[in-house]
Formats: sequence, structure tokens, C-alpha cells
Amino acid sequence: MNFVAPDISPVIPEIFVLSMACLILVADLYLSDRFRIVSFLLAVGTLLGAAFLTLSDMGAERVYTFSNMFVDDTLSDVLKLAIYALVFVVFVYSRRYTQDRGLFRGEYFVIGLFGTVGMMVMVSASHLLTLYLGLELLALSLYTMVAFQRDSATATEAAMKYFVLGAMASGMLLYGMSMLYGVTGSLEIAVIKARVAELGVDNLILVFGLVFVVVGLAFKLGAVPFHMWVPDVYHGAATSTTLYISTAPKLAGFAILIRLLIGGLEDLSAVWQDMLIILAVLSIGIGNLIAIAQTNIKRMLAYSTIAHMGFLLLGILSATPNGYSSALFYALVYAFMSLGGFGMILMLSRKGFEAENLDDFKGLNQRSPWHAFLMLILMFSMAGIPPTVGFYAKFGVIQSLIDVGLVWLAVVAVLFAVIGAFYYLRIIKLMYFDDPETDAPVQATVDMQVLLSVNAWALILVMPWLGSIIDLCRRAIAGL
Amino acid sequence: MITNMQMVYIATPLSCLIPAIVAGLFGWKIGRAMTHTITIAGVALASLLSLIILNDVYSGGFFNGVVYVWGSSGGFPFEIGFLIDKLSAMMMVVVTLVSLMVHIYTIGYMHDDPGYQRFFSYISLFTFAMLMLVMSNNFLQLFFGWEAVGLVSYLLIGFWYDRETAIFANLKAFLVNRVGDLGFLLGIAAVFMYFGTLDYSAVFATAASKQNITMEIIPGQEWALLTVICILLFIGAMGKSAQVPLHVWLPDSMEGPTPISALIHAATMVTAGIFMVARMSPLFELSETALNVVMVIGSLTALLMALVAIVQNDIKRVVAYSTLSQLGYMTVALGASAYSAAIFHLGTHAFFKALLFLAAGSVIIAMHHEQDMRKMGGLKNWMPWTYITAVVGSLALAGIPPFSGFFSKDAIIEAVHASQLPAAGFAYIAVTAGVFITAFYAFRLLFMTFHGKPRMDEHTLRHVKESPMTVTLPLMLLAIPSLGIGAIYMEPMIFGDFFGNSIFVLPEHNVLELVGQSFEGKTGLSLLGSFIYHALHPGPLWLAVAGIVLAWFLYIERPEIPALIKQRLEWIYNILDKKYGFDEFNQFVFAQGARKVGNQLWQKGEVKVIDGFFVNGSARVVSLVSKVIRHVQSGYVYHYAFAMIIGLFLLLTFFLPVKQ
Repeated sequence: MNFVAPDISPVIPEIFVLSMACLILVADLYLSDRFRIVSFLLAVGTLLGAAFLTLSDMGAERVYTFSNMFVDDTLSDVLKLAIYALVFVVFVYSRRYTQDRGLFRGEYFVIGLFGTVGMMVMVSASHLLTLYLGLELLALSLYTMVAFQRDSATATEAAMKYFVLGAMASGMLLYGMSMLYGVTGSLEIAVIKARVAELGVDNLILVFGLVFVVVGLAFKLGAVPFHMWVPDVYHGAATSTTLYISTAPKLAGFAILIRLLIGGLEDLSAVWQDMLIILAVLSIGIGNLIAIAQTNIKRMLAYSTIAHMGFLLLGILSATPNGYSSALFYALVYAFMSLGGFGMILMLSRKGFEAENLDDFKGLNQRSPWHAFLMLILMFSMAGIPPTVGFYAKFGVIQSLIDVGLVWLAVVAVLFAVIGAFYYLRIIKLMYFDDPETDAPVQATVDMQVLLSVNAWALILVMPWLGSIIDLCRRAIAGL
Repeated sequence: MITNMQMVYIATPLSCLIPAIVAGLFGWKIGRAMTHTITIAGVALASLLSLIILNDVYSGGFFNGVVYVWGSSGGFPFEIGFLIDKLSAMMMVVVTLVSLMVHIYTIGYMHDDPGYQRFFSYISLFTFAMLMLVMSNNFLQLFFGWEAVGLVSYLLIGFWYDRETAIFANLKAFLVNRVGDLGFLLGIAAVFMYFGTLDYSAVFATAASKQNITMEIIPGQEWALLTVICILLFIGAMGKSAQVPLHVWLPDSMEGPTPISALIHAATMVTAGIFMVARMSPLFELSETALNVVMVIGSLTALLMALVAIVQNDIKRVVAYSTLSQLGYMTVALGASAYSAAIFHLGTHAFFKALLFLAAGSVIIAMHHEQDMRKMGGLKNWMPWTYITAVVGSLALAGIPPFSGFFSKDAIIEAVHASQLPAAGFAYIAVTAGVFITAFYAFRLLFMTFHGKPRMDEHTLRHVKESPMTVTLPLMLLAIPSLGIGAIYMEPMIFGDFFGNSIFVLPEHNVLELVGQSFEGKTGLSLLGSFIYHALHPGPLWLAVAGIVLAWFLYIERPEIPALIKQRLEWIYNILDKKYGFDEFNQFVFAQGARKVGNQLWQKGEVKVIDGFFVNGSARVVSLVSKVIRHVQSGYVYHYAFAMIIGLFLLLTFFLPVKQ
């Protein structure tokens, strides 16, 4: 038997982040609380280093390694870079918040980095095994992060729910995968694709497996009716954790959806298109409708996330390259909008006070016009009002629907987007037209102030480069 | 390649725009003296350049081209272009010269006003807009200039925005002009629809080929396209040039400062409609119906408004109604195809009417902003310069040779006399009667203000003095053209070939040539001489003299008679005093009616149906649904798991049998 050493060059960023996570874990043991900032800096530095490694290896060529289990292509590079950026900002945003609540511990960053490795593996998976490995690594990290605030009843309850439901969803996904394996005889996505092409769409077991796979993926994204965990977890977890869950993992979830449905099962698109239509319409509808009735802004944003995931599915279900790239663009835009939105909640919170109710935003304009304006940009972008990038994201998705003749679906999407605009605009109304309930000044660290301003303004100022970003998304999809 | 002349064309409007912007935005910083220095320098430069352009055009210069394309939509370019020919060059000179006089005058008149810099900014901006209007080579830019002069006009009518009457007049001018502008815009739209271009020369070149096209606006009624276009465009002119029944805004516009009344509401902006029709002569010539409409409207305005001027006691209102009447004369000339006579009268009127307004302003300053002529009298002893120049202006207005108004007005009367259109008979009577009335009210004003015994109170009388140099100098400068340009320019402008190709007249409509021929044949005198001679014979000149004599008799010799006449003929007086009830009618029917209809629509349509049912109704349904379905989120993990299982089974059952 010959042992051939695999080409490890495409995996270097993963190896780097993993080793650094282990290093921080050990180093943190020897740090006293005063020097905890070192762990933070190491974690942040790790992400910068990983970004450097990914960038330096960013070729147009698609490279497989570890016996075709791992792939390095444009899509994975783009998504990884976005994930580094998101996690980086998440760490910076949550620094003061976690310090104020005694959560500023090495484990937080270590687990965050493990989750990042999980996401990186998911993004680059070209084999059901690696895909599942990454997924579980991420999921376990997330369960732990939610439970991190262990003396909080809501946090532990949320973690329990998340864990139980997540385990169930993983089970379904695994079951679906086993069906695929049973029919095609392979776990390698490329091989599955070839076999599916031979078998055709009428294979009962294949469709049976597909349903389970779609259900598992829908749970990870939080699409209705597999969304029930989302509001409870977003609400129950510490806001810094919510920030983490609501941003980068969505990109990873999008990646496995693309890898599985398009990379492996595109020939079944006629079947999964109908499934996704059901999920998407339910998500946009239920998400937007229930969000209106929320008084807690974290819950409101949770339902808003569900609605956004519905939009994401709309892009994918058009089953055209344009649709996929518009969905990719939507996912990226969503992640950065959500980053800003939860970042805002973190910024308004202070020691012993959670700014998690809508009323906490009342009269923000009088307390701090600059922050009110940042929030205004974020809300406009989430509602999809031009000239923010959120508008172009929705526009692209709806355009791709119309291109394939699903006009009724486009109309439904626009109608619910209009209904959804209500709760985003309500926040603006509260900020600008109501009187504040407190006159406590908004205090935040300088790094966070700057980053959040950049975060929000980028949603408008990115306009001149919009074309090249959309182009990048196209290339990423074309390179699949 | 930009030639030197092209640089001049571009520099002319810009030399007004740039000072306007500087004065408007930085006036507070650069101070009063600096503000009037730069704006006056800008307008003086523009006048100089306009004279250069006129000179160049006179020696054969011509330009028609695009300067800048500012947008493009559906393959249609939006252009800024200039058409520089004799017509536009003459208009530019009139506009910039009068504007220059008004700028200088303003230094004295607005001396104590807190809005000094703002005022200068507006009038410079106005001059820019007016230049853009007259220099345009396409309908779009014409419309831009049209609206821009309108905008500045509204701003200036409401210049003293803390006066309720000024705000009312401002709103009225705005609303009435909306009516006219709607017609104008529809006219432009019709041109674009049928000609496919908005460029003057392209439209005029193909106009003759569209003569037989008809359009059906009301089903079953076929209307000639060109008639529709011309009448729509003329509705625009009626709004801007204040023709009956859209004239109601102009008397009220006197709420603005007097220099504005002189510049915008007498000399330049209100003549934009006249200019526009003259510019569109290749279109109007092809529609006799439109020409008849123009003539009827013009003669009605000329006669009715002159009658109203007789009973006015506010010095500025007399001049305002006189302006309306004179605009009517110009419109009549347009209807008779005597375009060059209309433009000639426009030019002479611009100078003598600006002169009269500024003289009235000078009187108002002396009287401490008292405008009622019944409280004036005998001012000639204290204000010699104002008096002399006012006499020049009044003689020009009354049409006494050799003052400029005589030549231009008589040319119009003769042209109407020679016209073969059906409306010409009525128009001839109206304009001839108008001569008598014009002379009467012009000298009524002069006599009531400057002659007789002083009727003001002691305090005012003691302070009456001649206005400062900045006020009297423009009066004198304006008196010169009021006196002179008529005799000098009549022959080339009206009977000669001054306007060349700028104005197009069909041979069968060419009344001016007819008039010219009839003079040349009869006497051995030159054309100018025989023109004056003719006026003496059966002529309108005697009517003017009679008007002056009557005014003298009634207001100097027997001042008690007017009161008697007023008593005896009270109903006529009331009609005139109420200005035929146009204002009441508009107020009652349009203003009240629109408000009633609006109220009904608001309460029934908007509040109940749209707001109540559609908007709030759907919002209520959404929030209800939202409140109900949020209870699905129970918080129990087994409910959640159950929902997932249900979802899974639904998907399974839904897809498996179908694919079986």
C-alpha cells in the first residue's frame, strides 16, 4: 500500500487557525485576568493572519486535496475572507460588552475560533464527510457559546433548545446523506452528481434523501417551519453570542446549501425548486409578519433574519447561475447588515443594562444623532430602500426570479418586503420622533465606534464598487 | 472649435448667473456695497456683450447650435443650445439694458431694506433666466427659462414675505401661471409627439408638411394639429403675458418692490409670451384659427384693461393696468401677423414703461410709501427730474409723436386695419378706442400726481424732496430711448428687413408690407414723414390728444366733475372698480370650488376609502395576523420539534407521490 502525502497547501489557513486556537487555549491558562486582552489580541491577529494566508493563495484555479474531500476555489476564498472579516468585527464589537458582564474569557475566543475552523471546512467541503465534520464543529461551538453565560436561566434554556433541536436536524441531515450514499454509492459530491445524472429525477430514494437533506439545511439557515429555535436562541443568548450566530454561520450555511444542492444535486433542481418555494414563501411571510408583533429588538431581528433567509432561498431556487450569484450577494450583504444591527444593540447596552427593547431606541437622535443615523442606514438597508446596498441585494434576487418566469413569487416577495419595511421604519420613527426614556450618554470604545461607523456607512458608500462585487459573486459561482 | 463669438454667447448669461450665486449664497459675508458692485458689474458686462452680439448679428452673424448636452433619455438628447439671430439679439439688448437700469435704481430704492443682498441676487438670477429664455434654440430650454423667470417672479412678488397681501399675490401669480404653463407644456408635448424633436429649426422646417394632420381630442371632433399646438402654446403666453382671462395676477404682483414691477412685470418677463409667439411665427402663420384667437384675446385685453386703469387710484396699479393694456396691443399685433410691430412695441414699451414704473417708485419714495394718488398733487415743484421724465414716459405711452410709443402703436393700429382676418374688424375698433383711453389715464396719473394743489398731510409735505442720483439717473437714461428709438428704428424694424429670417410671415398675411406700400405711394414725403402725416389725417393721433385734453379738463380745470360722473354712472364705475369681477369669479368658483371638491375627496375618498379601508385596513389585518401567529412560538421545545416533524412529513408526502 502506498501512502501519498496529501497536498496541504490549500488547507494552510485551516491549519493555522486551528493551531492558533489551541495555542490560545494553552496560553490563556497562564494569563491572569488583567492580561486577558492578550488572548483577545491573539484571536484577532489569528483572523488577520488567516486572511493573509487565504489572500496570498487566492488563485483562479480550483484545487482538490485530501482525496477530493476538500476543495479550494473562488467561492471558498470569497466566503472565507468574508467569514474572517465578520468574526474579526464580532470580536471587536463584543469586547467591552463581554468585559462588562464577566464573559471576557479566553474560552470565548477559542470557541469562536473553533467555530471559524468549522465554517472554513464547511465552505471548502467537497465530500459529505468533511461537510458534516465542519457542520458539527460549528454547531458544537455555537451550543457552547450560547450556554456560555451559565448563570443566566434564559441563556441555558436557549442552549438546551438549540442543542436538542440541532441534534434532531443533524440526524435528519445524516439520514438524508445516508440515503444519497445508498443510491449513489459515494460520499464524494462530484461523484454523486455524476450518478444522479445517470439515475434521473424519478428515483424514489433519491428524492426521499433529498427531502431530509433539505430539511437539515433549512434548520441550519432557520427557514420556516424549521425556524423555531432562532428567536429563542437569539433572544436568550448574550448579545455578543447572538451577533456571532447571526452573521458568519449564515454564510457557511449558504455554502453547504450551494455545495450540496447545486454542486451535487443540480439535476434534481426541478424537485428542490418546489421545496424551496414552499420554505421561502413561508419564511418571508411568517418572518415578516411575526416580526411586527415583537417588542424585543433581538427577537425582532431574529424574525427579520428568517425573512432574509427566505429571500436567500428565492435566489437559489431560480436554479440559474444569475440566481445563485444574487443569492451569494444577498448572503454577504445580509451578514454585514446583521453585523451592524446587533453591533448597535451592543453599543447601546452598558454595564447592568441591556438595550434589547424597542423602547430603548426611543429618542436616540436626541441622545446621539450620529448613532441614530447609523442605525437609520442599517434599517434602510435591511428594509431594502435605495440607495443602500440592501436594495440592490433584493433587486438582484427579484430580478433572477422574473428572469425564470416566477413573477408571482416576485410579487409575493415584494409584498412581504413592504410589510417588513414597517418594523424597520418603526425603529427610525422611535429614534427620531419619540422622546428618550433615559438621558444616559452612549458610551463605546473608540475602535467599536469607528468600526461600526464604517460598517454602516459601507452599506451606502460601497456603491461605486457594487459592480465589481457582483462580478466577483458571478465568478465565484461560475468557478463551482 | 469655439469661436470668439461663441465665447461671447456663453459669457453673456453666465455673467449674470455667477454674481447671482455669489450674492445669494455669500451676500451676508461680502456686504451690501460688494453685492451691488458685483451684480451691477455682471449685468453691465452682459449688456455690453449683448450690444456686441447685436452689432455682430447686424453685420450678418448667426448662430444655431448645441452648447452642452446635459442628459439623454431613450435616445433623445436634452440640450442647451443657442439660437442667436436678430430677434434674440434685440431681446437680449432690451433685457440687459433695462435690467442694468433697474439694478442701479435698486441701490437707491432698496437702500434701507434688510433683504438687500437677496434682492440683488434675485434680479441677477432673473436676468440670467430671461437670457436663457430668449437665447434658446429648443423648446425644452425655452420651458426652463420660462419656469425660471416665473420662479424669480414669485420670489420677488413675495419678497416682503411678512406681508399677508404679498403672500396672497405671490400664491395667486403662482396658481394662475400654473394654468398657463399647463397649456404651454401640453403644447410642447404635442410638438414632441408629432415632430419627434424639440429643436426650433427642425420643427419649423417640417411644419408646413404637418398642415393637414388632424387630431381627435374629443371623440368625433377633428382638430388641425397646428391649431391645437398654437393655441396650447398661446395659453402659456396668456399666463405669462397676462392676457384676459389669465391677467388677474399681474395687478396683484405690484405687491413686490417697485424695481421689480418695472423689470419683471412691465418690461421683460411679461413680454416673454409675446416673444415666444413671435419666435413661433412659422407655426402660427399656418393656423388662421389660432391667429384669430390671438387677436380677439389681445384686443379684449387692450380695451378692457385700459378702461379699468381709469378708475384706479393707486399709482402703481394705474401703471400695472396700463401694462396689461399695452400687452394686449402687442398680442393684437401678433394676431395680425405683424410680428415685427409687436416686437417693436415690446422694445419701446420696455423702456417707457420701465421709466414710468421707476418714476412712480421715485414718487413713492418721496411720499414715504404712500401710493394713493388722491393724497398726492403738485409734486412737480419738488421733484423736477422725476416730473420731466414722467412726462416723457406718459407722452410715449399716449402715443404722441415723436415719442417712441407713437410709432410702435400706430404701426400696430395700421397693421390691424390692413388685416384680412375675420377678427380684425373688432380688433381695430378696440385698439383705436384704446388710444383715447390710454392717453386719458396716462395724463390723469400725471395730473393727479404732479399738478394741482398738494393733497398730502403737512408732515409728508415737509419731507418731500427729489430722489437721490441712483434713482434719477436711470430715469434719465431710460427717457432717452423712450424719446428717441421710435423714429430711428421704425423704418428698418417694421417695414425694412431688420428681423430677416427670424420671423416668418406668409405672403397673404403680410400686412406690414401692405401698410408700407400704401404710405410710399401717396405722398412725396419719406416713409417716416408720411407715417406721421397719415396719423394726423383721420388718425388716432387726434384721439390721443383728445384724451389728454379731457384729462386736463377733468383733473385740472374742473376737478369736481369726476366725482359727479362717478355718482351718475355708478354702475359703470362699480363694474370697472371691481375689474369686471374676474377676481370674485375666480375666488368663488375656482378657489372655493376646488377647496370644496378637495374637502369632499379628502373626507370621503381619502379618509374613508383609501386611508380607512385600504391603508389602515390592510395594516390592521397584518397586525392582527401577526398577533395571532406569534402564539405558535410557545417556548416549549417539544412544540418546536413537532413543527419540524410536521414540516418534514409535509414535504415528504407532497413530493414523493408526485414523483412516483
